[in-house]
Amino acid sequence: MTASPILEVSGVSLAFGGVRALNDVSFTVPEGAITAVIGPNGAGKTSLFNTISGFYRPQSGSIRFAGESLDGVRAPQRAARGLARTFQNIALFRGMTVLDNIKLGRHAHMRTGVLDALFYWGRAQKEELELRAEIEERIIDFLEIQHIRNASVGTLSYGLQKRVELARALAMRPRILMLDEPVAGMNREETEDMARFILDVKEEWGVTILMVEHDMGMVMDISDHVVVLNFGQVIASGTPREVQGNDAVVAAYLGSGDVGAIARRIKAEAA
Amino acid sequence: MDTLFLAEVTLAGLGAGALYALTGVAFVLIYKATRVVNLAIGEILMLGGYAFLGFAAGLGLSPWLALPLAIAAGGALGWLVERALIRPMLGESPISVFMVTIGLGSILAGVVQLGWGADPLRLPEFMPSTPVFIGEAYLAPKVAIGFVAAAVVIGLFLALFRFSRGGVALKATAADQGAAYSVGIDVPRVFSVAWILACATAAGAGVLIGAIGGISPTMGVFGLSVLVVVIIGGLDSIAGALVGGLLIGLVEALAGAFLGGEFKLVVTFALLLVLLMVRPYGLFGTHEIERL
Repeated sequence: MTASPILEVSGVSLAFGGVRALNDVSFTVPEGAITAVIGPNGAGKTSLFNTISGFYRPQSGSIRFAGESLDGVRAPQRAARGLARTFQNIALFRGMTVLDNIKLGRHAHMRTGVLDALFYWGRAQKEELELRAEIEERIIDFLEIQHIRNASVGTLSYGLQKRVELARALAMRPRILMLDEPVAGMNREETEDMARFILDVKEEWGVTILMVEHDMGMVMDISDHVVVLNFGQVIASGTPREVQGNDAVVAAYLGSGDVGAIARRIKAEAA
Repeated sequence: MDTLFLAEVTLAGLGAGALYALTGVAFVLIYKATRVVNLAIGEILMLGGYAFLGFAAGLGLSPWLALPLAIAAGGALGWLVERALIRPMLGESPISVFMVTIGLGSILAGVVQLGWGADPLRLPEFMPSTPVFIGEAYLAPKVAIGFVAAAVVIGLFLALFRFSRGGVALKATAADQGAAYSVGIDVPRVFSVAWILACATAAGAGVLIGAIGGISPTMGVFGLSVLVVVIIGGLDSIAGALVGGLLIGLVEALAGAFLGGEFKLVVTFALLLVLLMVRPYGLFGTHEIERL
């Protein structure tokens, strides 16, 4: 990896009561690349995302974004600094149109005051027009969702809702885009579309991508860098090829095949 | 039928309805932002009346100074309640939070009784008492002023929610808190502001209602009528509170005038039952669609 890291996670531990969701997790996300976090269910991937975006506060460790520490920075400010994300179970503003949902992505960046907005003059009008142009031309055309821009998000198919969520994240002018299972539950064609969009976001927009994904085919195809999490710990990281050949990763996914290994592990953990 | 009488009853009904609507807005604001059904809103309204009495009669301030102070006191109480009682309950079952607000209502009623006694009290007169005639129909001046004040405040709220970023933040928070938080909306601040605005509004409504009918520690039951209003209008709709408030005010006044006072509540709750059968989410409430 030649690029410098835009996100550095170092020694992050997170526990809910007695459950250790993350245990001394450290890794870096190189700028301008696609980094995938993989691991079995319950490995702590979503907890890691929620910690990075500021929804959870870790008990120890620190996270640096673009050279600055995120300690004590709350989720809305992290969003304003360029950390955008999507959710595993789609989180769109139901009852609003696709366009309104996407426009809300810009909320953190708008400076219009109440009075400006109330009378819709000056700055408010200018800002609104600029925003509309940018969203129409760049985001909506790019993601090929012109035909549904005025539809209510609740009426859309799952695949399209995921795409609208991505559009909203792009409207946030992200420096890093965090995608939590962007293709979960999609069919082959939808998965390929989404993979293409993710690659285009990286290449055309120059946005760094950090994603959690279970679709190994897609992860291995498009990622530059893979981090493997198991039981809240990083067990491997490297290029897709390196990770695929790693014994610990194979054991985490498939079991080691060695019956004695489980007995040894139980004994070791009891000690 | 005597049309003049009908007109006067209608006007009085709309006047009462405007105050229902105003208090309904307070209800809706809190529900929309935090999904909390705040049953203490009636008691906060009552406290607004007593705060006004305290500032105006107790401290001898001018009523025009006491009014904003009473409203500010309501807002401060809203802030305190949200921070101290509601936020720690985040993630608890809605019924638990609902019970907390019932408890809060009892405590507020008790505090007022300790401080001012259980007897009804009158607020100092501060509104002009020139009779108001609309056409030939007479309208009590206080009711007219209450109506205008409520209309202005509700209109302001509607405009604010429609056109300001705060309104957008409120709408987004109501739709999905996680998503709102992730796009940079400060959700806890939305909660806080919603409680402050709602309780300040309720306190202001309390002064208006107290000026018309006097204040007493049992005034909080007004909150129950308002609960009917917002359920009819839709718990999360400001416009619904407006329409529901005027409707209930009107229906109560007409039922009281033509069927007799004992029919007021019967008619209101019959209306509620029928409406809930036809539109369980209220006239303007969000229809929750569950997709499986």
